[in-house]
Amino acid sequence: MTRNTEDIASSARRSIVSMVHRANSSHVGSSLSVVDVLSVLYGSVARVSPTNLDDPDRDLVIVSKGHAAAATYAVLAEVGILPSEWLETYSADGAVLGGHVTSHGVPGVELSTGSLGHGLPFGLGAAIAAARTGSPRRSFVVMSDGECDEGTTWESALVGAHHNLDNLVVVIDRNGIQSLGSTEDTVQLEPFADKWRSFRWDVHEVDGHDHEALREALEAPATGAPRVVIATTVKGKGVSYMENTVLWHYRSPNVEQLEAALEELK
Amino acid sequence: MRDAFISELTALAEEDNSIFLVVGDLGFSVIEEFAERFPDRFLNAGVAEQTMLGVAAGLAAFGYKVFVYSIGNFPTVRCLEQIRNDVCYHNRSVTVVSVGGGLSYGNLGYTHHAIEDIALMRALPNMRVFSPADPVEARALTRYAAENPGPGYLRLGKNGEAVLPREPHESVSPGRVEVLRQGTDVALLATGSITGISLDAAALLAAKGVSARVISVPFVKPLPGEVLEAVLDVQAIVTIEEHSEVAGFGSAILEAASRRRLMTPIAVVGLPEDLAGKFIGSQGYLRERGGLTPGAIAERALELIA
Repeated sequence: MTRNTEDIASSARRSIVSMVHRANSSHVGSSLSVVDVLSVLYGSVARVSPTNLDDPDRDLVIVSKGHAAAATYAVLAEVGILPSEWLETYSADGAVLGGHVTSHGVPGVELSTGSLGHGLPFGLGAAIAAARTGSPRRSFVVMSDGECDEGTTWESALVGAHHNLDNLVVVIDRNGIQSLGSTEDTVQLEPFADKWRSFRWDVHEVDGHDHEALREALEAPATGAPRVVIATTVKGKGVSYMENTVLWHYRSPNVEQLEAALEELK
Repeated sequence: MRDAFISELTALAEEDNSIFLVVGDLGFSVIEEFAERFPDRFLNAGVAEQTMLGVAAGLAAFGYKVFVYSIGNFPTVRCLEQIRNDVCYHNRSVTVVSVGGGLSYGNLGYTHHAIEDIALMRALPNMRVFSPADPVEARALTRYAAENPGPGYLRLGKNGEAVLPREPHESVSPGRVEVLRQGTDVALLATGSITGISLDAAALLAAKGVSARVISVPFVKPLPGEVLEAVLDVQAIVTIEEHSEVAGFGSAILEAASRRRLMTPIAVVGLPEDLAGKFIGSQGYLRERGGLTPGAIAERALELIA
């Protein structure tokens, strides 16, 4: 908890490319774009630690973009919630950690996801439960921008605002790229912040790789409305040949590519 | 059944402050009393079934026993993946309650015919499927679901169903076989609000000299072993459900019979797939068009023992 979140993210990036290389499994680009958000949440903002995982009043980090499993697990290992050695068998036969985020047998994960659009309704329920029982628990839901194509995102945007849930915070990894191309060429999201504003959310737009800016947005005083932090990020951030490409949404680095990536991430 | 459910749930909420009711903007003149008495444990999620089920899972993850109330296919088929992933996979205490099982909303059209729901719900891991035949069973199963937390599907008829002839009791439980009529030649195994006409079928069979035992099976999943144990001595078994004949209650009986290597001939009476959505009309009319009549049931039984 006391480690610098920049260090957490930096070390997690190296874990991510190694895990994805060993497992020959995809979604490295999505993991590298969101790793700063997760590092700030797990490493500093969210009240969650190895010692309070069973406390119902802990803060929840709900990773709704379940394909960012490598990033989630790498960060959880950095903050001491997961044993680091678990990362070595990521996505292997019989492993605990698979290619989509699972809460089954994995401490620190609140919901098994992988199908998009499930985290926000769940977070909404957890936030309503907290409000009704007087719990200080906050729900942080980490989503992808492509996930905002899902109907449940906007259903939940309506419901969350209606109930004035200021204990609910959505962070959107706005890397601008989904499976087959840019979000704007696929199903246009812009004017994205205006959409959320029109749903009566407390909207913050930040550089999703700037930890101080993320922290400020996440910890700004509550306004009586649910909050969305639109974190502008670079898909594949940190590995030049992966950055801003659709290709590295899916691809896994081979040995040479891994070495090149680790060299850049030193 | 609807009134039996809500009055039992309201009584339960009085005893147990973890009972939470979520509705999908349905239940006019049904849910008001609950909402007024327990405003902190009531939520109208709006016309947003997928979010509603996710919210229910979130509430259940933090101590509530959640009942989600809607009609027809809205709380099941519309949000199947939310039930599968967020409720069943995580084994959360969410009971999905649907009013209008089968053809209850007959003249509202095929969109409102809940006739594939048993198949879908019983395929899901950890899911229990409760299918009461009358208000007595509806009340008992509501209590059972609250007292035995976990994922559940409570399939209700509509309202005004007659109480079936039986000893009055509230001890409907998985191991208890609900024999509504004694008989020795054939067994009619029925589930849900169609169960009543099985008694009429038994009367028709009696007139032809065939003695039929009628058993109500409210626990469709897990299917209690006692159900098959109770029919080992008959010559034939007919299953009856107001549901597609594909993958529903009858299929559950066939699977159980196969596992037990039961050689008794079994006929499944359900709605033929090619009739789905073909007709508009009342529940009674649609049952007739679909072959869910005492005459058709008796016919199937006679074929098996001919």
